[in-house]
Amino acid sequence: MESAPLYWRLKRQKYNLIGTRCVTCGESFFPPRSFCPTCRRRGRIEEFQFSGKGEITSYTIIKSAPKGFEQFAPYTVAIIKLDEGALISGQVVQGTPATIGGRVVPVFRKMYEEGKEGIIHYGIKWQVDGTAAEK
Amino acid sequence: MTDVAIVGVGCTKMDEHWTKSLRDLSTEAGALAVKDAGLDGKDIQALYVGNMSSGRFIGQEHLAALAADQAGLIPIPATRCEAACASGSLAFRKACLAIKSGEYDIIMAAGGEKMTDIKGPEAIAALMGAADQEWESAIGLTFTGLYALMARAYMNTYGLTRDELSQVPIKNHFHGLKNPLAQFRFEVTAEQVARSAMIADPLRLLDCSPITDGAAAVILVSDRVADRFKNPIWVKGSGQASGTLALHDRPSLTEIPATQIAAKRAYDQAGVGPQDIEVAEVHDCFSIEEILAYEDLGFAPKGKGKDLLLNKDTWIGGRLPVNTDGGLKLGHPVGATGIKQLIEIVRQLRGDAYNQVKDPRIGLTHNIGGTGATALVHILGKER
Amino acid sequence: MDIGIVGYGAYVPHYRIAVEEIARVWGEDPAQIKEGLGVLEKSVPDKDEDTITIAVEAGKNALLRAGVDPKLVMALYIGSESHPYAVKPSGTVVGEALGLGPHLMVADLEFACKAGTAAIQCCYGLVKGGVIPYGMAIGADTSQGRPGDALEYTASAGGAAFLIGKDPLALLEHTLSYTTDTSDFWRREGADYPSHGARFTGKPAYFSHVTSATQLLLERTGYKPGDFAHAVFHMPNGKFPVNAALGMGFARQQIEQGLVVRRIGNTYSGSSLLGLTNVLDIALPGDRILLTSYGSGAGADAFVFQVTDHVLDRRDRAPLTEEYMARKEYIDYGKYARLRGKLKV
Repeated sequence: MESAPLYWRLKRQKYNLIGTRCVTCGESFFPPRSFCPTCRRRGRIEEFQFSGKGEITSYTIIKSAPKGFEQFAPYTVAIIKLDEGALISGQVVQGTPATIGGRVVPVFRKMYEEGKEGIIHYGIKWQVDGTAAEK
Repeated sequence: MTDVAIVGVGCTKMDEHWTKSLRDLSTEAGALAVKDAGLDGKDIQALYVGNMSSGRFIGQEHLAALAADQAGLIPIPATRCEAACASGSLAFRKACLAIKSGEYDIIMAAGGEKMTDIKGPEAIAALMGAADQEWESAIGLTFTGLYALMARAYMNTYGLTRDELSQVPIKNHFHGLKNPLAQFRFEVTAEQVARSAMIADPLRLLDCSPITDGAAAVILVSDRVADRFKNPIWVKGSGQASGTLALHDRPSLTEIPATQIAAKRAYDQAGVGPQDIEVAEVHDCFSIEEILAYEDLGFAPKGKGKDLLLNKDTWIGGRLPVNTDGGLKLGHPVGATGIKQLIEIVRQLRGDAYNQVKDPRIGLTHNIGGTGATALVHILGKER
Repeated sequence: MDIGIVGYGAYVPHYRIAVEEIARVWGEDPAQIKEGLGVLEKSVPDKDEDTITIAVEAGKNALLRAGVDPKLVMALYIGSESHPYAVKPSGTVVGEALGLGPHLMVADLEFACKAGTAAIQCCYGLVKGGVIPYGMAIGADTSQGRPGDALEYTASAGGAAFLIGKDPLALLEHTLSYTTDTSDFWRREGADYPSHGARFTGKPAYFSHVTSATQLLLERTGYKPGDFAHAVFHMPNGKFPVNAALGMGFARQQIEQGLVVRRIGNTYSGSSLLGLTNVLDIALPGDRILLTSYGSGAGADAFVFQVTDHVLDRRDRAPLTEEYMARKEYIDYGKYARLRGKLKV
């Protein structure tokens, strides 16, 4: 989807992995939720910084891509269980291939471009640990 | 409590209808249903229309009024219902509830989608409107990709093999051979499935439902007027449930809780259980989903869904034939799908299906939106 | 005042294309090219990598080493000749991605291959003047050579980031620049590939500016080539820096550690800076390091650093340059052409 305000609003989660946590029950949310579905009005939501480190629970390699992503195909998308508890879908970049149970670390990449003249959207993708030279 | 019966059905061919617009298709399906019921259009008191994304597919919103207008049904109230690929079943359920409220006695519930006016990648992006736009769509996921995530998790957990998964398209393509309304009518082999183009690993082209144009309509009536019609098929149970919009928010990728909950409500309402179902239409948008549906609907224990295929239980002639019209792999105009499924079960119970099961008395439909953020289960019966 | 490099970070994309593979496509003799350019292979960015993403990865590593609160970093200057936007700074994206700001001075710099060292000078001046506590300087590029041109064998991608402030791991003792109007290499707005003056890029351009800046710095500081444990000169190829160094009286072993060009090519604004990060990865406290960058157009920035004890405890907080250089996957020219947008689609 092409939009400046939409991604501008999301940049702290897309760039910095800032989610939320319910202080009442301790559950962490990424992407952030502004309302705890468990504690409901007794919940107290605060910002929570995720490390981005986690483990792949499943993955796929997209060959037939939607509009805006054709130039990147094929690319890997995984569901990642973040060490702090939440689950998130994200792209896995080139390097060591994804496996179920594989450890991943976050990297900063281009997500997609709004055509040749439009905005370039950036955000976090993941890299299988060991290829990242990450510590 | 008012009981609801289906007394007329109409469905277009599932196809790439280059010469027909959504107006043409919905009017055609509606007219067929009215004729099948032996009614006149002016008898219809309200219209419910299921449609997922006409705004993105054909640039047209305000679809229910348009459908009523085109079908000559104005000024009756016309309401559009949207729950992604479950929009058709949602329109049907809303129509049932409207009759149960006592307000109406005769309603048309229809569904339609015109998907081929835009190019493939745009259609894939439009369908992704049913997923989490901010995190699933924005990272390049597709629906095939989402179901591929489930397929890989399931294969990893329960040891399902490629060839076992292929039994779903093999069966449904076989069933569709007799269905003149199916988009595709050819048989496939395990080898053909395994060699078809990879769309989102591990799901291949023959695991996927196609991009299809089509519309379907049914006429629902209250028990107050049902005896005016021949062969009414009764709505015994209707269950609807919601789940997280994003697949990643679910603790398990190998089940769809909304299906389980919607099924329980429908079974309880109908006073039956999974063992009583004699024919079913389940949401096989991708091969893996038919196996998940077997388990979530209680037809098979967790992890054992494939046995129903390997033992030919869900083939025509088996103890519980599933997707006797060929299922969604032979056409999936998303907004029409839920209605199309109901029509197949009505025909099976009436005894005029293209691929007739022997004398079924009770059947089930299962329709989901997205990756299971919406699930609807309906149970239909021959007797009130 | 005790100002210098508080933290540093490197980033090199993981794809490589070998000289042999490019030579195969153009019918050239790879042995001759390797000999002539002193380059064996070059790094290639993936489809989803650009100057901004490289800058963020290098910047993350610099922050990790420095261990400084990002909010205290109050300036960010990114030098590149391949900023993704013609109008809209790379620095705003990089700043937010690194958790800097919003009390942050930002500007994108361009001076061919030396905009990264110009960024260090900007930060140094602001910290020394007491305007800001810390500033981040980044040099990063995803440079392009015209297909078939000699530049295609070297133009590569990578970057390095430096956090400038007090309590450094390498004290910045002195810096100066030497700049003239010399059109040896350029790219006009909207042009896909740069043009260059072939042999004119050598003597009157690279050698004149690099030598003048270095010798001026040696005069000002009173150091002699032998006073440096390591010297790094901008690496448009593997030959120029060696010839420049030897010509000024530096010994081969002084420049060896900084000669990263052989394995990753010319990363443009990242080039001399990745040489410096590779040196800092092994340098010992007390070591003196000379760095002279070069930017076409033309100018050279020369620096003297002295390594402090802090290098020992900060070095291992982030990946070494060698780790990025060692992780690699070779690609063929077809994939390279696709990744670099050389195919019309």
